[in-house]
Amino acid sequence: MLLRHTPETLTDRSALTVNPAKTCQPVGAMYAALGIHNCLPHSHGSQGCCAYHRSALTRHYKDPVMATTSSFTEGASVFGGQANLVEAINNIFAIYGPDIVAVHTTCLSEVIGDDLGQIINKALADGKIPKGKRVIHTNTPSFKGSHVTGFANMTQSMVQYLSEHTGKGTGQINIIPGFVEPSDMAEIKRNLSMMGIKGVLFPDTSEVVNGPLDGRFHMYPKGGATVSQITSAGDSAFTVSLGRTASLSAAKLLDTKCGVPFTNLDLPIGISAMDAFVDCLRKTAGVSVPDSIMVERGQVVDVMTDMHQYFYGKKAALVGDPDQLVSLVQFLTDMDMKILYVVTGTPAGEKFEERIRSFTGDDTVIKYGAGADMFYFHQLVKSGKPDLIFGNTYAKYIARDEDIPLIRIGFPIYDRVGHQYFPVVGYRGAMRLMEKILNAVMDRQDRDAPEESFELVM
Amino acid sequence: MRKIAIYGKGGIGKSTTTQNTVAALTEMGKKVMIVGCDPKADSTRLILGGLSQNTVLDTLRESGEDLDLDDVIKLGFKGTRCVESGGPEPGVGCAGRGIITSINLLEQLGAYSEKFGIDYVFYDVLGDVVCGGFAMPMREGKAKEIYIVVSGEMMAMYAANNICKGIVKFAEAGGVRLGGLICNSRKVDNERALIGALADKLGTQMIHFVPRDNVVQRAEINRKTVIDFEATAGQANEYRQLARAIDQNQMFVIPKPIPMDELEALLIKFGMDQ
Repeated sequence: MLLRHTPETLTDRSALTVNPAKTCQPVGAMYAALGIHNCLPHSHGSQGCCAYHRSALTRHYKDPVMATTSSFTEGASVFGGQANLVEAINNIFAIYGPDIVAVHTTCLSEVIGDDLGQIINKALADGKIPKGKRVIHTNTPSFKGSHVTGFANMTQSMVQYLSEHTGKGTGQINIIPGFVEPSDMAEIKRNLSMMGIKGVLFPDTSEVVNGPLDGRFHMYPKGGATVSQITSAGDSAFTVSLGRTASLSAAKLLDTKCGVPFTNLDLPIGISAMDAFVDCLRKTAGVSVPDSIMVERGQVVDVMTDMHQYFYGKKAALVGDPDQLVSLVQFLTDMDMKILYVVTGTPAGEKFEERIRSFTGDDTVIKYGAGADMFYFHQLVKSGKPDLIFGNTYAKYIARDEDIPLIRIGFPIYDRVGHQYFPVVGYRGAMRLMEKILNAVMDRQDRDAPEESFELVM
Repeated sequence: MRKIAIYGKGGIGKSTTTQNTVAALTEMGKKVMIVGCDPKADSTRLILGGLSQNTVLDTLRESGEDLDLDDVIKLGFKGTRCVESGGPEPGVGCAGRGIITSINLLEQLGAYSEKFGIDYVFYDVLGDVVCGGFAMPMREGKAKEIYIVVSGEMMAMYAANNICKGIVKFAEAGGVRLGGLICNSRKVDNERALIGALADKLGTQMIHFVPRDNVVQRAEINRKTVIDFEATAGQANEYRQLARAIDQNQMFVIPKPIPMDELEALLIKFGMDQ
């Protein structure tokens, strides 16, 4: 009982957060930056920030994550971080030779008030940025937003700094995948190619943070959207952005800056959301849906119906990131599961709640932003027990104390592998999720079944 | 939309000068927004007829980030849109960060939207440029023109020179320029010539010399600008001239701050050798 001190009765809290259901903005910004090919993320702040954000990603992906830092000291805090960043840019290009450096700020540099645009211009004027190389930045103080908004900010900055409208028609479609796993990004690309659609997906961390072990160290792995691909996004015919919190701002900016129209959809997790995505691609690209995709979909429908008795009426409690939660809730309700609680530490806004309610109705407890923490989630779980918990690794303490099966999904997952390599998006992802849910439900049934009803065939 | 930031030593009369100038601009038919960037939140008192406004940061603290533009913008004299950033009490917190947060929030909320048909935005900034936060209005995409309020007193000139150092840093990398010095007279000997000479040294102009007149005090006590309180006063015409000069200004420069000994030499030349 590691969390035995969590009381069952809910009391009003006005200030305290206990075990937040989110992490720092720069974690998301750093992860997004890794989705650019040959990019070195740079943390503009003290060393501890950079070390923590790198280790958070390394623990989740079990792969080394490269990033540099402005290494603020007392002096930089007083005099501002310009000298550190200009020197860092100089060193980074001289020593590590990336194509692009993606700078994100930290609490300290934000409070000092460093103007990153001005500093980058200064580095450019001083000749510290070699010809053809790029430096971009985004603002990510951790006292605002969460890792999801940090991801959104960096993605928006990619458009701000890199995307250009030249008037050359490219006939391609932009996909902004949102804060999903490299396996999910690869799965989206696989679906595009099955449909014969030329797409630019950014950021794209597939084969960056889930690369193969080949005996050599790769400072910049093979994957990632190239700078020229992101530049060309300004000439694309259309943008499909996935997830309101992580992707909408970049899609909007592509529209206002480069005149590329967009549709924002839910993350294609689960059958309905994936249907919407495939339908949108079919219409905008003017292609038909190939049999191979129809087969994958049909298999999902097959398992859903075959196993409906195990899904039906199961009560679920979910904690995680808003875009995943929206799609997951829709998928679970599609399977006739009952959603008790939905909690995210990200300030996801009223639209998030409205969207969830459109699937669940009024009985579900939904809480987001400040005050929506793991402690509160645990209290909810105590107040009325679900059959399943969906959440990241931090939910394992609650799952253990309350003896409820945990389906690991979201960020971070520090204690299992799989998320790096197997998607949850697409019909294949829906299949994987169903398998996870069924395993959890059936393992529990087998464990608890009395001898006379211990089933061989389920 | 012209975005203008007003800087100058504490107590020099930035807020009074700004609001009177804004009142004169609205008389000319211009639509103006004032963004007070001072924790004291007294940059819009004369335009609003009192200190009744909810500051952006107080509203943010009380009701979170889900706020509306109408919660923080009040309409004052001739429809002038007024915002106060607000900030912590003296001695606690970080007022500089407050300004960054507040201006970011205004942008997010669409305060600068074209639909309001704003001709001028004035940022009235606290005292000196003491940290990065107070330079926020100078950042790329924010104010493009800076005016420094100064008088013939040594410390006011010293502060003006320091502010120029801040401007240089931002001007070299971005588009911000110094539009001129506004002399708010303290009846120092030879003041007009002295500030004229300082402007020359800095590579800018003295855009207007505002003489000292007690009608300003009387108007302030009545929570009004001179333009509003006594439209026919000579002082009202001074502010009208200043407003016209700003409206027609074509001289935007990167200033050349001067070393301390040159500043002292100026004072000796104009002040002492009577």
